[in-house]
Amino acid sequence: MNFTEWKGFTEGTWQTEINVRDFIQQNATPYTGDESFLAPAGEHTKAMMEKVQALFKEEQEKGGVLDIDTETVSSLCNFAPGYVDKEHELIVGLQTDAPLKRAVHPFGGIRMVRDACKAYGYELSSKVEEQFTYRTTHNDGVFRVYSDEMRAARHCALLTGLPDAYGRGRIIGDYRRVALYGVDKLIEFKKKDKIKIAKGNMNTETIRLSEELYQQITFLGELKKMAKSYGYDISRPAANAHEAIQWTYFAYLAANKEQNGAAMSLGRTSTFFDIYVERDLKNGTLTEEGAQELFDGLVIKLRMIRHLRTPEYNELFGGDPMWITEAVGGMAENHNTLVTKSSFRMLHTLRNLGPAPEPNLTVLWSRHLPDTFKKFCAKISIETDAIQYENDDLMRPAYGDDYAIACCVSAMRVGKQMQFFGARTNLAKLLLIALNGGYDQTFGTRIGPQMTPMTDDILDYTRVMERFNIYLSWLCHLYVNTMNCIHYMHDKYIYEKTQMALHDTEVQRLMAFGIAGLSVIADSLSAIRYAKVHPILDEQGIICDFETVGDFPKFGNDDNRVDDIAQNLVHQVYTELKKTPTYRNARHTLSVLTITSNVVYGKKTGSTPDGRKAGEPFAPGANPMHNREQNGAIASLNSVSKILYGDARDGISNTFSIVPDALGKTEQDRENNLVSVLDGYFGNYAHHLNVNVLNRETLLKAYENPEEYPNLTIRVSGYAVNFCKLSREQQREVISRTFHGAL
Amino acid sequence: MNTIKLHSFQSLGTVDGPGVRAVLFLQGCSLSCVCCHNPDTWNMADGEEITIPALMHKIRRCRPYFGKNGGVTASGGEPLLQAQALTELFKSLKQEGIHTALDTSGCVLTPTVKELLRYTDLVLLDYKYTNDIDYLKYTGMEKAAVDRFLSYLNAETKETWLRHVYIPGLNDNEESIARLCEIKKANPCVSHIELLPFRKLCLEKYHAMGLHFPLENTPEPSLQEIASLKEKFTELS
Repeated sequence: MNFTEWKGFTEGTWQTEINVRDFIQQNATPYTGDESFLAPAGEHTKAMMEKVQALFKEEQEKGGVLDIDTETVSSLCNFAPGYVDKEHELIVGLQTDAPLKRAVHPFGGIRMVRDACKAYGYELSSKVEEQFTYRTTHNDGVFRVYSDEMRAARHCALLTGLPDAYGRGRIIGDYRRVALYGVDKLIEFKKKDKIKIAKGNMNTETIRLSEELYQQITFLGELKKMAKSYGYDISRPAANAHEAIQWTYFAYLAANKEQNGAAMSLGRTSTFFDIYVERDLKNGTLTEEGAQELFDGLVIKLRMIRHLRTPEYNELFGGDPMWITEAVGGMAENHNTLVTKSSFRMLHTLRNLGPAPEPNLTVLWSRHLPDTFKKFCAKISIETDAIQYENDDLMRPAYGDDYAIACCVSAMRVGKQMQFFGARTNLAKLLLIALNGGYDQTFGTRIGPQMTPMTDDILDYTRVMERFNIYLSWLCHLYVNTMNCIHYMHDKYIYEKTQMALHDTEVQRLMAFGIAGLSVIADSLSAIRYAKVHPILDEQGIICDFETVGDFPKFGNDDNRVDDIAQNLVHQVYTELKKTPTYRNARHTLSVLTITSNVVYGKKTGSTPDGRKAGEPFAPGANPMHNREQNGAIASLNSVSKILYGDARDGISNTFSIVPDALGKTEQDRENNLVSVLDGYFGNYAHHLNVNVLNRETLLKAYENPEEYPNLTIRVSGYAVNFCKLSREQQREVISRTFHGAL
Repeated sequence: MNTIKLHSFQSLGTVDGPGVRAVLFLQGCSLSCVCCHNPDTWNMADGEEITIPALMHKIRRCRPYFGKNGGVTASGGEPLLQAQALTELFKSLKQEGIHTALDTSGCVLTPTVKELLRYTDLVLLDYKYTNDIDYLKYTGMEKAAVDRFLSYLNAETKETWLRHVYIPGLNDNEESIARLCEIKKANPCVSHIELLPFRKLCLEKYHAMGLHFPLENTPEPSLQEIASLKEKFTELS
């Protein structure tokens, strides 16, 4: 292959095959300098931001949704092109014909769309209702095959947040391919793949794949048409930085027009874009101001992406998140840094546009990152509370050096791996069900193996563990089977045509399971082992509460007695999950992540032996329970870092909040100290850290007077949110979290 | 085996010495400073006994976070009251190449304390008042003692930071600041003066312990006062 658009690039295998990684390896310019080159917001950015801020405000005033197109089923070419401000809109493209107007995606499930419309005062048009009386949705399919037990596990919230009524998301198309190769070349490669498959044996697998390829090719055609409607011909490669960003954005936009996935990550684009920016700067066709405006323009567009959700969905995933996760930084396998000037430019959008949760900027931290970049990240973190960090030194050996993050913490090789998202199971609830011999006291549901409740006067650790293990095996089998049903039906009825067209045809699949309530169950088992836990029975002889006498080690204090319990639990869950084969031979992975569902999980779980009362929230992700840390932040970080990434390859989320005064006396000190903390934590093989540097008082003030804090952004669990968009309950939970302070 | 009487262990300390530090708050203090914000460290009968190896283990767990210039700070309470056990700890820390800081009032200078200072990299010396009368009145300790301590540090060329909590109406005047700057000039071991604004976060602790906080009615310095004092300080130094 050769294109005039590639003039000036270093040659490589990327020219003979679809291989964006190689293009980056051959062409990226590592940057080890400081931030002084960065440009402030330009005229286009300022003009756009003024319009966009007004729209955001109007949206918020209307209860969170500005408008809904209830007549049109969303797809790539179903809407006329929409604009915010043609004069200043460097990067064009909207999901519908008007900014922030939400589209309906009924393929996942029509009921959810109907309910979502209703919740915001709209009614799904009879036209769409009529169309879908003749269609099977993903949701229909799943419920045709769910067993009674699966329904029961779902009903009593043992399995929660399952993607069985909307797009599963967590798939990252390699949107960069559109910029580098142009759509025509991608179609050509896909056609070749299809021919090759037909030459082999045609069986269930290959016939399915052939049909998928047919759909992929069709949607690549749609993608071209969509771009054409905005006046761009993306059949050819991008010729400059502006086009590279525009082409990539078109591909990302198309994915969002087609799918309403729970998490729609962007991938790892900034260093890719940097190659085009460097070439333009060298040619004198772009200035630093112009380059920054392109990044600002892209990020403005990303901040406007919306999907229509129901209030129940918002309860699980608070703050209307999109998880437009962009991975920044990291190292190459050849020890060069992948930090470029555009890594700085991407993070700098948080200053030029002000802090905001999207895109979900994720720094891939390595101890080998340039010091200047580390300090810059720390500085932006302290200013904005909008960055999360993930351990590149831990992920690189598993995922290479061109992976990105789906959602919060899920790594995958871009364009080479995809994920079957599996939400999570509530381990604390499982313990209670086990103790009650197969009965969920909160919902009054009989579920799992039936035994007598463990009504011993004092619970015995060994006996409890024996019983728990039986229930864990049962649950893991059920969980994998449930996921298999969901993803079979998702592939069948709402296959991601655009996104999968931007993957290799032979893709590796991961099936990502999750656990919630890790610190609750670890502390509960620790209480049973090291204190005296006396079950309290209701009139029916069912355990409804516990009386715990004596002290016990608590997760978050770097105490192996309980940290080992947590570590072993994760290992055990992973081992059990692997015993049941997955749909399409996906590789089992596991995360310790809750999003904001830790609040709902807590609400649906009875009192636990650790002293947590029925209904009280869990800690998020792998966090220790609120305010049980007695040895300061590092002891807490040390406990979490003991959970093995090898057991939880889908990520281990930890959210760290510290008051500014506790991080150092001067700005300089705070930046240096945050770098030390990150180096220390990740040096201990920890996986992920959300960093918030703020005072609890600020949150309390925002809770009382939200209108005064319209842009207050905080990290919660693998993502950032606008604090004021959280429910009151979620806000209270965030306020009650541990804030590491100075003694 | 030597043990240390510990009030608490802060694994992420950033305000008591340079960098990220593990801070040991030692139990017990013989002074009676009116501005003390840790009344729960006074009584030697409270606190938890911990062996040196156990403490070393806790510290080693924090070591990856120390970065280029962090380490361990012994604070309190008054760490000099446990100088002998602390010497053993600091010796072990130095053997492992960990930076040691001692946050002290400088109230005593016994041979044991001198031995401890051999293994101390940095002294954070509380210099509370700049005249004899106030020193005695508001701390229960003679100013001569801290001066003697400082002279010794100077003779030993031990790096020292002077820490001065400025309390509105008591010692936040220009004269105090000027005097501190003179002391710094006269003692080359002093590399840095830290001016710390008086805070009343400890009020809850006092109330919980049923104690009266002598400065309950003293206001915290305003942001403006802090700024003007810092300005004066910069001018004078």
